Amino acid sequence: MNDFMKISGLCAQIDDNGLPKPILRGLDLEIPKGQVHAIMGPNGSGKSTLSYVLAGRDDYEVTDGSVAFDGQDLLAMSPDERAAAGVFLAFQSPVELPGVNNANFLRTAVNAVRRARGEDELDAVAFLKTVRAETKRLHMSDEMLKRNVNVGFSGGEKKRNEVLQMRMLAPKFAILDETDSGLDIDALRVVADGVNSLRGPDFSALVITHHQRLLDYIQPDRVHVMAKGRIIHSGGPEVARQLEAQGYAKYLEAAA
Amino acid sequence: MSSGAIAKKTETRALQSFLKRAGKSAALPVLKSEGLPHRGIEAWHYTSLRVLEDLDFAEATPLGEVDAQELLRNLVPDLTDGPRVVFVNGFFMPSLSSLPAGVTVVEREAVSAETHPLTVLNAALGRGGVRFHVPEGVDAGNLAIVSLSSAEHPISTHLRHEIALAPGARLTLLEIHAGQGTYLSNPVLRFDVSKAASVRHVKLQADSDTSFHLAFVEGNVAEEGTYDSFTLTLGGRLARHEVRCAMRGLHGNVHVNAAQILDGERHADLTSRITHAAPHCNSRQTVKNVITDAAHAVFQGKIEVERIAQKTDGYQMNQALLLSDRAQIDSKPELEIYADDVKCSHGATIGALDDEQLFYLRSRGIPEIEAKAILVRAFLGDALDLIVDEGLRSWLDARVDAWWAKQVN
Ligand SMILES: Nc1ncnc2c1ncn2[C@@H]1O[C@H](COP(=O)(O)OP(=O)(O)O)[C@@H](O)[C@H]1O
Ligand SMILES: [Mg+2]
Repeated sequence: MNDFMKISGLCAQIDDNGLPKPILRGLDLEIPKGQVHAIMGPNGSGKSTLSYVLAGRDDYEVTDGSVAFDGQDLLAMSPDERAAAGVFLAFQSPVELPGVNNANFLRTAVNAVRRARGEDELDAVAFLKTVRAETKRLHMSDEMLKRNVNVGFSGGEKKRNEVLQMRMLAPKFAILDETDSGLDIDALRVVADGVNSLRGPDFSALVITHHQRLLDYIQPDRVHVMAKGRIIHSGGPEVARQLEAQGYAKYLEAAA
Repeated sequence: MSSGAIAKKTETRALQSFLKRAGKSAALPVLKSEGLPHRGIEAWHYTSLRVLEDLDFAEATPLGEVDAQELLRNLVPDLTDGPRVVFVNGFFMPSLSSLPAGVTVVEREAVSAETHPLTVLNAALGRGGVRFHVPEGVDAGNLAIVSLSSAEHPISTHLRHEIALAPGARLTLLEIHAGQGTYLSNPVLRFDVSKAASVRHVKLQADSDTSFHLAFVEGNVAEEGTYDSFTLTLGGRLARHEVRCAMRGLHGNVHVNAAQILDGERHADLTSRITHAAPHCNSRQTVKNVITDAAHAVFQGKIEVERIAQKTDGYQMNQALLLSDRAQIDSKPELEIYADDVKCSHGATIGALDDEQLFYLRSRGIPEIEAKAILVRAFLGDALDLIVDEGLRSWLDARVDAWWAKQVN
């Protein structure tokens, strides 16, 4: 199926102190099943907005266009329905949840998604076993499970916690919004392995990054350049290397 | 205040019904001259008794044993075995109770002069209540005082409990209020905490949707003594939990923590006055309000530090989470400090659920209502976690969860 994730003419705006501010301006993007694509683009081009719109954040108003996901109208679904359907967003800035225990949160999420998918819920023992294996893989201490969600986590710990959630929720389509920023090289490897080991015919991802470095570890099938709310260029992995060497100027001029 | 306003107050049906029943009580003249509290009194500015003024509150009648047992089972199905005193419609129910040594129940007792409107009403109409003296050095464990009401027409009950702890004594008191129908519950609870004694007072107010709850708690804490309390307000059409607690010896501790969780058109008021009357005492107060629909919460918290009370350490925090546009809170923190070497901090916040947090939870597959429940529970956490007794804490937790489940349906 080629329109596994198909974004067509997507326009979205936000209310900026009473004035509508268009951010996505007719964005087209297709990510076939089993592929990993990357988006690169200058700050402010709307990358995070795209990820929020796909995850269902309702501060952004979609004014035009459509998103088909796995045969469904993604934009008609609530955020939790999207998660159950297999969409996952690793946030650029994960929020802190004071008073919410990380392990409880994760178990509630996993079981909510399992329930919605018609799977059995995990009991405490099964959950703990699974989550321990995952924290180990991501080099996270079990102590992080006992803390409140993201509270007092370093930037790197927050990003790992996102990847942990992604792995526990077994998505079909993951969006990683600058998951590499703030990571040292070791952490980057661990996170990349966390993504790569999910790769297969039933897992697709959209990796948003500023750095070629991440794409050395997570090799994308295609790279898209985004500017001013649109995809202005698409190509193979070589695009990332060109961008790293030459910057965005060439593409921005061509698109202007 | 015009005399016209007072005259009008004495004309209310509710007051007339109380006066008629008060008989020859020593408190009758005061009740007659002062009437019921009204908004013209500063301390009652935010809480109006208007909703009950037109009701005729009759003397309650006792319930048969079988009915009482069923009422208890229905209203407090989660009550664990253990020492307890059960009242139904203000009447002591020996067959439902299990009294530990030292606990007596008095039927009717002359009370000394009262001045506070809620204690005056209680004294005028009271039928007695629990007397518990915990002897020196004794840990009395847990005691539950359960006050249930079942009213077919409006009734009122006015229990008065007096708890005294001798030096070094300890007690955990669980106070439970629940009922059905329209009634007024007007309990008065007095604690006398001697040197190095400690009382933990946990209260669940789960009265009926059409009831009125006007409670007054008074505590006196001696040197090194502790009065540690938590009140969970879940019920009542209109409720006020008023506390006055004074630390009268060195190194005393008073904790007046609470959560008020309100839906529908409920009105709940937590009013407290914590007095530091000796040096080196600690007071702590965390009050959380979760308010939805068109409910209205009131917090009035006063901390008084007398001139002598140097090295006072006082902390007060009042927070409200408004879950609807029509939800309201009036918050009035007050510090009155006459000593110069003290540490007192207080704060108040009012807010809604955080959209970003809600979205984060939902993006992980958690349905909206469950996500909200998680955030509300997290909000209440700082307060509920202050309940020292783990069993009681999870017992109240379950009540909060049940409240939430009711909102969803
Ligand atoms: N909540 C918001 N209010 C106002 N402007 C916003 C909001 N969110 C994003 N924007 C604006 O939209 C543009 C795109 O932002 P964003 O999607 O975060 O870009 P990127 O992730 O590519 O850096 C920026 O100009 C940003 O300031
Ligand atoms: Mg961004």
